[in-house]
Amino acid sequence: MTLLKTNAITMQFGGLTAVSELSLDIAQGEIIAVIGPNGAGKTTAFNMITGVYKPTQGTIEFAGKNITGLKPHLITKQGMARTFQNIRLFKDLTVEDNLFIAQHLHLNANLYQAMFRLPGYKKEEKHILEKTAFLLEKVGLSNLAKEKSSSLPYGLQRKLEIARALATDPQLLLLDEPAAGMNPKETEDLTHFIKNIRDEFDLTILLIEHHMQVVMDISKRIYVLDYGVTIAEGTPMEIQNNERVIQAYLGVDEDA
Amino acid sequence: MNPKKRNMMLNLAAILVLILFLVYANRNLGSYNIRVLNLCAIYAILGMSLNLINGITGLFSLGHAGFMAVGAYATALLTMPPAVKEQNFFLEPIVPILANITLPFPVAITIGGFFAAFVAFIIGAPVLRLRGDYLAIATLGFSEIIRIVITNTQSITNGALGLKSIPGTTNLWWSYGIALLTLYLMFAIVNSSYGKAFKSIREDEIAAESMGISLFKHKVLAFVIGAFFAGVGGGLLASLQGAINPLMFRFILTFNVVLVVVLGGMGSMTGSVISAFIVTSGLETLRVLDEAINIGPIQMAGIPGLRMVVFSTMLMIVVIFFQRGLMGTNELSWNRLFQFFEKRFSKKGVSSK
Repeated sequence: MTLLKTNAITMQFGGLTAVSELSLDIAQGEIIAVIGPNGAGKTTAFNMITGVYKPTQGTIEFAGKNITGLKPHLITKQGMARTFQNIRLFKDLTVEDNLFIAQHLHLNANLYQAMFRLPGYKKEEKHILEKTAFLLEKVGLSNLAKEKSSSLPYGLQRKLEIARALATDPQLLLLDEPAAGMNPKETEDLTHFIKNIRDEFDLTILLIEHHMQVVMDISKRIYVLDYGVTIAEGTPMEIQNNERVIQAYLGVDEDA
Repeated sequence: MNPKKRNMMLNLAAILVLILFLVYANRNLGSYNIRVLNLCAIYAILGMSLNLINGITGLFSLGHAGFMAVGAYATALLTMPPAVKEQNFFLEPIVPILANITLPFPVAITIGGFFAAFVAFIIGAPVLRLRGDYLAIATLGFSEIIRIVITNTQSITNGALGLKSIPGTTNLWWSYGIALLTLYLMFAIVNSSYGKAFKSIREDEIAAESMGISLFKHKVLAFVIGAFFAGVGGGLLASLQGAINPLMFRFILTFNVVLVVVLGGMGSMTGSVISAFIVTSGLETLRVLDEAINIGPIQMAGIPGLRMVVFSTMLMIVVIFFQRGLMGTNELSWNRLFQFFEKRFSKKGVSSK
């Protein structure tokens, strides 16, 4: 079943076309990667899908609904969550609060009920705290719950950001370069971690990544962008042997 | 005893001490000192209300004087007896609806707060789309617009003449009671899920929005709640001073409140309370400097304004050494106090060995 479908979405900034007629088609449970050289329009594509930008042309369908032009917070509410290329945690707040805030969107209690801690709110808060503890356990941050999120080491900040996205209860998770700046060991851990959460939380994952090892290892299909244009689409095997992709991105082996 | 119960007891004890102090102050202190104490509490309310907007939600608003003006005028007009109103409005008679209304002080002050909140809602809808400096300028502009409107609606506000003989209901019980209530409500908001959402907007708007938090709804909410308490504070001030006019609510008043918030620490409610007392009583005690000084052989004629020079210097020192204000984003709590003392004592233990 198709979860996310973009129909030829195009993003123009003045005279510059950052993404041109991108058509993604992602089925439930898949892990799909978007690759391409710097400035190819990968993050712009993410920003269109998550509602940060409104596409100049084309439509986006998520779980059968047209979500084109919807505000980011409403799209998140529909079940789509993301992480950022340059980590955007709530730095001054604790690890725990970062996850708490991500569950605020599902809160039914109004401000009055929340202020005076009426039974309805208390029940919801209890549920939120339980889920927070569960997610912390899942990503191995339980003992750091009360620490400021900015005090965590880089790798853990990345994990916390993924956990925060999970806290919104998504169907589709968009990861923007999750392995950026990680050492080989951390990268390998991350690959396992992504596969694990996919299975455990019944997720569909769309990721942007430059680590080819990660991409080839976990993605079912790959889209390749170059200067905003989709130059290839296929399984990792197909992509690795595609002439255009090799020229534009993967690179030609000089010795060959 | 578990910490929760202990803190509850300590809170009650602190309130009891405060009550005893107020009883003592009412009986033994002169009217000048009582007035300063009242001002401290009112500035604490104003500081906390602006802190919710500036410190917790991270919206750099400079419109506080406007909301205070709305609250002050509403409270004054609703509490003044008809005869006093007639005396005040000698240029142009007051609009008939307001002429005969006289409400009890607490009702009037609440209506004043709601009125300020309503104005904030009207202003907030367009203005809160702006960020940072632009928001500051726009709110400052709206605050001036409110003041100009008040100056020019002669038959409602008595224009530039202002209002005199406002019933002086504000006393220590009112101002400290409302300050305590405000402190309690602010903590209730900040510790709830909504307060955390406010903080997330301060930390990173883009991340907050992509975590499903409606920026518009939460910004307006914080702005409106802040304005409500600004209106209440304005009402207390009007009743304390007995006379108000539009010139009172110029930018300098907003600046004083911003000073309280920044000095106390953006994001710390208890910090705002502490700094409200420091700023208000500091400015008053430093009045000595403006007078002529005679210390034995040294004689100086009074230099008016010297206290502002000294006060500003002190402020600079504080800002240099405590860049995030006295409290940063931390709150003063019993747990923190106990931790602090435990650390102190254990340190001493080590050094004495």
